[in-house]
Amino acid sequence: MHGLINKSIQCFVRDTFGAACWSAVARQADLACETFESLFVYEPGVTDRVIDAIVVVLHRPRETVLEDLGIYIVSDLSVASLRRLMRFGGVNFTDFLHSLEDLQGRARLAVPELTLPELRVCDLKPDYFTLTCRSPIAGAGFVFLGLLRVMADDYGALVVLEHQGMRDGAEVIAISIPDLSYHEGNRFELGTATG
Amino acid sequence: MDGGQVSAQTFSLDGPMLDRLMPFHVCLSATGHITATGPTLRKIAGDAALIGQRFFETFVLRKPGNITDMTGLLHRAGDRLHLALRGDKGPGFRGIAIPLAGGKGALVNLSFGIGIVDAVGQHALTDSDFAATDLAVELLYLVEVKAAVMDELRRLNQRLEGQKTEAEEQALTDTLTGLRNRRALDMAVTQTLNRRDAFALLHIDLDFFKAVNDTMGHAAGDHVLCEVARIMVEETRAGDTVARVGGDEFVILLPGTVPHTQIIAIANRIIERLTVPMPFEGSLCVISASIGITTSDIYAAPEAEQMHQDADHALYAAKHAGRGCAVLFER
Repeated sequence: MHGLINKSIQCFVRDTFGAACWSAVARQADLACETFESLFVYEPGVTDRVIDAIVVVLHRPRETVLEDLGIYIVSDLSVASLRRLMRFGGVNFTDFLHSLEDLQGRARLAVPELTLPELRVCDLKPDYFTLTCRSPIAGAGFVFLGLLRVMADDYGALVVLEHQGMRDGAEVIAISIPDLSYHEGNRFELGTATG
Repeated sequence: MDGGQVSAQTFSLDGPMLDRLMPFHVCLSATGHITATGPTLRKIAGDAALIGQRFFETFVLRKPGNITDMTGLLHRAGDRLHLALRGDKGPGFRGIAIPLAGGKGALVNLSFGIGIVDAVGQHALTDSDFAATDLAVELLYLVEVKAAVMDELRRLNQRLEGQKTEAEEQALTDTLTGLRNRRALDMAVTQTLNRRDAFALLHIDLDFFKAVNDTMGHAAGDHVLCEVARIMVEETRAGDTVARVGGDEFVILLPGTVPHTQIIAIANRIIERLTVPMPFEGSLCVISASIGITTSDIYAAPEAEQMHQDADHALYAAKHAGRGCAVLFER
């Protein structure tokens, strides 16, 4: 799995639970090196081992860990640029949801070696969507559950999210949007990049 | 294209439709006056009223050159144009002009070329300022991603550089000669002192080495240093520490109680061997060495710093005595 993903998990654990906790996770996961490099590519099994280790060290369910990870990657300051990059996906939350199908392609434009889960978005009604997530990492859908919560808030949309388990080998998340502009949300300007 | 194969179709677009399709367009009358502009162009031009202005007074056509009127513009209909608002020194716009049916003027569509990043910041452009088919937002996305990846690369390089420096600091070997370095010597001296073992310190300075380096080149100098190192290792025991601590400065740590006469004998043998001219690429490198010695047994409480200082004093005396000799420090 790509270092960007592993490093995000490392930062999530370190920033949320402390450096000692990350050291414990690294030991539990039997990592060759305690810190990941964002621009390296690691063997596929590492990510799963790290997630399993977090579950053991923190005594938390895998689903909760992954959802918190999803919240972290788009909300913590150290990776605030990721939330901004996600905002390029659309001008409102539904627009953004549709853009998730391009996420794999966008990621590959940025970092060719980076493989993200395959996402499919179905608009069953204008205010009701399903997101289907196919990934070698079990429970990857929960990461998107957390991510969507933060992004909905960033867009100012009121949404109800529900992880509906597996369907045809993929995780399904139901998204209903009672109010697309519930509050103002955070401003997003194309040109405020500090570059 | 063979016009005969294409069914002639005339499109009629009203203002709002044109604004959506090409938000960055300019409509020109047959006389070259601006009759309409898209919303993005209006935003860029700010307060300047464009309608009714002469196109060639508002814009300057940079490429192709020498086009200053409608006839010239329509002559290049369909070609890529490079133009800018008059007075704008920036990268300007790209554009294309097509004639309107019935000789009623021209439609010019514009886009930001390479200047898009600055333009977006300058004019606070948003997603809706671009045509739905425009890849501008994707380009801006890529620019930010690239910046983020570059930042990460820079951080990675800094980390690697830091690790390299750290590794070098922790290294114990002089890379040129394979002898121990100053750090390794300091550690050996400290350990010997801590064990309260007796030892001797030999400070060795090469004589005439600078001349070899200056007249025969650095390759010859490096060769000499390696030869010097080899000789010192051969003339010492396995448990001794031979270190290169400067360009042509060496220190030998001889642990154990060794009679002073024998230490001086070792020093003299080293000098004797170093004085033998060393062949290098058909020439002979001639050097010598001066050695200052001190031994721990002459101190009530030997300290590393004091002993180095005293060995240096003895070395200075050896140089003063005409080089190529060894002097034992005496209190």
